Amino acid sequence: MKIIKNLTIGVGVALTSQLALAADSGFTMATVNPEADRMALQNYFKKRFPEAEVQDYINGIYAVDADSRAQWEEIEEFPPYEFAVEEGETLFNTPFANGKGYADCFENDGIGIRQNFPYWNKEEGTVKTLEMEINECREANGEEPLKWGKGDIAKISAYMAWTSRDQVFNIDIPSDDPRAKAAYLDGKKFFYAKRGQLNLSCANCHVQGTNIRIRADLPSPQLGHVTHFPVFRSKWGELGTLHRRYSGCHKDSRSKPLKPQAERFRNLEYFQTYMSNGLVVNGPGARK
Amino acid sequence: MRKLRASLCAAGLLTMLSAGSAQAASQDEMVAMGKAIYLNKSKGNCVSCHQIDDPDATQAGNQGPPMIAMKQRFPDKRLLRAQIWDATVNNPITIMPPLGKHWILSEEEIDAVVEYVYQY
Repeated sequence: MKIIKNLTIGVGVALTSQLALAADSGFTMATVNPEADRMALQNYFKKRFPEAEVQDYINGIYAVDADSRAQWEEIEEFPPYEFAVEEGETLFNTPFANGKGYADCFENDGIGIRQNFPYWNKEEGTVKTLEMEINECREANGEEPLKWGKGDIAKISAYMAWTSRDQVFNIDIPSDDPRAKAAYLDGKKFFYAKRGQLNLSCANCHVQGTNIRIRADLPSPQLGHVTHFPVFRSKWGELGTLHRRYSGCHKDSRSKPLKPQAERFRNLEYFQTYMSNGLVVNGPGARK
Repeated sequence: MRKLRASLCAAGLLTMLSAGSAQAASQDEMVAMGKAIYLNKSKGNCVSCHQIDDPDATQAGNQGPPMIAMKQRFPDKRLLRAQIWDATVNNPITIMPPLGKHWILSEEEIDAVVEYVYQY
């Protein structure tokens, strides 16, 4: 028994020292290491909130704040996004004028694939998001693209996330194309850079400032940030996409938002989603 | 001549006195103005991060330290003002916006906030 105990402690110490080694890898192409960053971020939150399980970070602030969690669980009992998912399913299955549909544009007919987005597209040399490919699918089939922030695109995206629930995010940064790592680094820089009149970085609130009150609000943790998108926000009273949320975040910090699906926003999504690798898809989610 | 000097003196005294009272009034005004800025979301919005022992400062946040023992923490009032003007000098990654440097508040508004919080 004692041996087992000692062994456990030994393994524990070995793990901890390994974790301690996983520091953030910095901001140059020579040093940046996405996997080290991911571990460093997880360790940061493990230290800050020892009670919270890593897998639970898909639930955002509710992973670390018991008070608001109870309210949120009540909301999730009759999820406000339920109808939108149904509408999304109908939209997804309604053929275009040419008789084709969304299923023809995606792998596995578009079912259960949310965890693979965003991804690095080598041919196009850019990060592709799910919403981007939904609109590309429309345009390739002679349909008008949808507006990016809300409405049908959010519903279709929500349905596609719904069919992917519990799939594990596995964002790849292919090593055979340095531009992929450069896109990751660009997203990382964007996340940590201060901007706008209020001089805030995303990290100010969503790393350092997590679960500390800004007036009566608690900023959510960066870990698990993107897993539940698109999101039904009570404040909006409807679904919105991740880039809509980015836009709102910019306005709140008195910074001029980029256009939805701008390259830097997609790089930011690439970085953020990589940080949530290993967590599961739980979109669409409900938030304040 | 003597009469003139006396009246001049009287005028001077009067000016000094009234200037004194004007300054006293403006101190109260400064504090009131500072408080309004402290609580106003589109102005200083200091209350979003700093608790202060003022019954009107409800639902204060706690990203930053509470406004207590200000005279002990900042025996030199100018250092308090400098911290509000640009907190990134002391900590480049601070969440606190540089209220002076980024023209979020005017110089006079910052003076007013200093007077308000320096009471606590």
